Amino acid sequence: MSPQQTVAEAAPEVRLSGIGKRFPGVVANHDVDVLIRPGTVHALVGENGAGKSTLMKILYGVQKPDDGTIEIGGEARRFSSPSDAISVGIGMVFQHFMLADNLTALENVVLGAEKLHGIRGAARREFEAISERYGFGLRPDVLVEKLGVADRQRLEILKVLYRGAKVIILDEPTAVLVPQEVEALFRNLSDLRAHGHSLLFISHKLDEVLAIADDITIMRRGTTVGTAVPAETTKRELAELMVGSELPSPGTGESTVTDVVQLRLEGLGLEEDGRAVLSGIDLTIHRGEVLGLAGVEGNGQAELVETIMGMRKATAGRIVLGTEDITGWTTRERRESGIGYIPEDRHRHGLLLDSPLWENRILGHQGERPNSRGPWIDREGARSDTRAIVEEFDVRTPGIDTAARALSGGNQQKLIIGRELRGEPVLLIAAHPTRGVDVGAQAAIWGHLSAARAAGLAVLLISADLDELIGLSDRIDVILRGRLVGEFDPSEVTPRDLGAAMTGGDQ
Amino acid sequence: MNALRSLFFGLLAPVIAVAIAVVATSVVIIASGSDSGVGSFWSIMLAVPQDRILVNIVNQSSMIYLSAVAVAIGFRMNLFNIGVEGQYLVASYAAATFVGAALLPGFVNIVLGLVIAIAVGAAWAGIAGLLKTYRGVSEVISTIMLNAIAGIVVSYFLDKYGVHGGNQVNTATAPESSWVPGWTPFTSADGAIWSLDLLAVLVGVGFWVLLSRTRLGFDLRATGASTTAAVASGVSVERMTLVAMLLSGGVAGLIWMPAYFGSAHVYGTTFQAGLGFTGIAVALLGRNQPLGMVFGALLFAFLSAQSNSLTLQTDISSSVVQITQGVAVLAVVVAYELVRRSRSRVEQRAVARATAPVNQEVAA
Repeated sequence: MSPQQTVAEAAPEVRLSGIGKRFPGVVANHDVDVLIRPGTVHALVGENGAGKSTLMKILYGVQKPDDGTIEIGGEARRFSSPSDAISVGIGMVFQHFMLADNLTALENVVLGAEKLHGIRGAARREFEAISERYGFGLRPDVLVEKLGVADRQRLEILKVLYRGAKVIILDEPTAVLVPQEVEALFRNLSDLRAHGHSLLFISHKLDEVLAIADDITIMRRGTTVGTAVPAETTKRELAELMVGSELPSPGTGESTVTDVVQLRLEGLGLEEDGRAVLSGIDLTIHRGEVLGLAGVEGNGQAELVETIMGMRKATAGRIVLGTEDITGWTTRERRESGIGYIPEDRHRHGLLLDSPLWENRILGHQGERPNSRGPWIDREGARSDTRAIVEEFDVRTPGIDTAARALSGGNQQKLIIGRELRGEPVLLIAAHPTRGVDVGAQAAIWGHLSAARAAGLAVLLISADLDELIGLSDRIDVILRGRLVGEFDPSEVTPRDLGAAMTGGDQ
Repeated sequence: MNALRSLFFGLLAPVIAVAIAVVATSVVIIASGSDSGVGSFWSIMLAVPQDRILVNIVNQSSMIYLSAVAVAIGFRMNLFNIGVEGQYLVASYAAATFVGAALLPGFVNIVLGLVIAIAVGAAWAGIAGLLKTYRGVSEVISTIMLNAIAGIVVSYFLDKYGVHGGNQVNTATAPESSWVPGWTPFTSADGAIWSLDLLAVLVGVGFWVLLSRTRLGFDLRATGASTTAAVASGVSVERMTLVAMLLSGGVAGLIWMPAYFGSAHVYGTTFQAGLGFTGIAVALLGRNQPLGMVFGALLFAFLSAQSNSLTLQTDISSSVVQITQGVAVLAVVVAYELVRRSRSRVEQRAVARATAPVNQEVAA
């Protein structure tokens, strides 16, 4: 695929050579070489923790490299802040959008760039011109809170184009999109490329990379381990370069589903600020069953989890655990009755980052042995049990007095999973259990979940990774705008079918 | 090894802070052009305290320590109880009024007096707790306002029901059977170390046990470390807010009791105000740690007591030590953060060493 150039001022060539960046105790990047040819889509692939984020922060001027050079259009550059990068035409679209919900699309774009085209007519004309040129179809006066995820992403791209970016960094742009939206995004990206822009596309989804990229650079353990062109490589080759070994795949084997209902939700509803976040949720999970919940993020999965955990109070319906109606129970009562919880955001909800591991083992299980006896904390009990978890769940740490913050994401997650499974729960709520976790830890976590399921645990699994969901679940429910809209058999469903159901099926 | 290291890191910040405070104070004295000079200032401040001053240091540091613990209970869960000042003011007045009324015989009177101090202090703090729990009012604002209200309310009642004598108003004097004098280590002119200073020891030990050995203390610390994680673990933040405010206010109620039962015997002109704010500084200095605050309280009491001699022997104002105290608190906050960072770097390196196997192979 050869780059087409229909606009006079093409993007400059971007060359990163020998980039190195060290953080205390970790080498985030070393000997990184990347060459982005003008007017191409360049994919940067690698596992979580391979150093992609650090690299793009360096290119965008958020962090300064310790070694190496950045050349833009043949000229060596040193960025001390993102504004330096913006001034030479580099823009970045973050995975977590940086938009103000209560401002309009136009206001969001103009904010911070008032000097370019003012804030009135000229700015509006520029906004409309860009939206028109690349087929974004964005209206300037709509409030951002009214926009869907895909539109917000287009708005972010428009924002960097407005600031004159020729080289656009996209950090895992497809992570928040369903397959149909990904296709639309790729059409936009092709248009941008056709107009002479360069795109640095960061991803770990190899199908997408092969579909859109002109060049591919693969990172592993903080360094670039190879380059490829899509025409001459396969997904398997890329994957092996990424992980340095074969990819594991989720799978649970024999069904262990029993007919004993462990969790039943009846007409569960949640209304917040006059808005129905959840409505009419009916579901059952049996002992030994994994129920997968698929949905585009923001369709009520997080609220459903927090309602089951008692962190939000249901405004309608009942929650029945085993034979007990727990709708009115506190979070603590629910946890003590055997609900394990692997939160979506382990830093916010799962750990005390500055506390030692053994105190984190107590968290969420304050009232249980071996952590406590009556009102007293049993330090020795908790400590020796933490040692057992570290051993059994392969948490890589120098000791149990290490602060949780010092551990890598995968090891933090293994500690949480060990803690939640240790108390022999009857129900486990697992929200994105392998998010931000390396391949090795991922396989281990899948193994632990399968083993617990075989031992009779009921699991509610929420995941944005459809392969994981299909691989681990016995049944999959789809949630859309706070309602369950369909049930699928994972042995028959494809990610595409799920994607259709997740967006309402008619797109 | 590990214990040694954590002791080293624990002491590092306060030592740095005190050093900075000493330098800053010296600079101020030099800059202000004292005739006596920095040398005489430090030779007086660092002189072996006289007997009278030693007694004073013990008594003052006990009350400061009680105040610091009261503040620290809130701080440990990110609750900024700035209202310790008002809480112990109201509590001291209430206890003094009750004890002064002499409704009960000596010992029972003392115990009930203390219970009333705790209850009234807790109730006054509880107002802020309730406002925060049910109305979302920031405890910083409400406790500051309650400080002002406390002063007005107590003045009103004292004026209306107190014993007027000359140009001063006091509560009725406590019956002699309800005095808790203390121990006179030197001559009686040097004063006594009040028996109720032991309250500080009890409260300190209790605070330590609460934090490190009980579920309530764990929940309290967890809430302070991460409210979201605490909620997910089943802690009810509303309940914890209320409990922490009540505990904090209860301890605050005790602050002035050693002085009251030991020597004042009335609430009025003898009341020592300002301890509630000193407690905030000492809690910061001691990092809300039971032992750390002991050193903080001793340091503050020592500086204040020693500075009394300054006015007699030099031209340096005794308020200069407030600069020392203030700078120490400021510096310690910064120093703790720096130490925390270097400590977490050390720890991350340890983790990297322990978890990274030797195979740093270079892939092609």
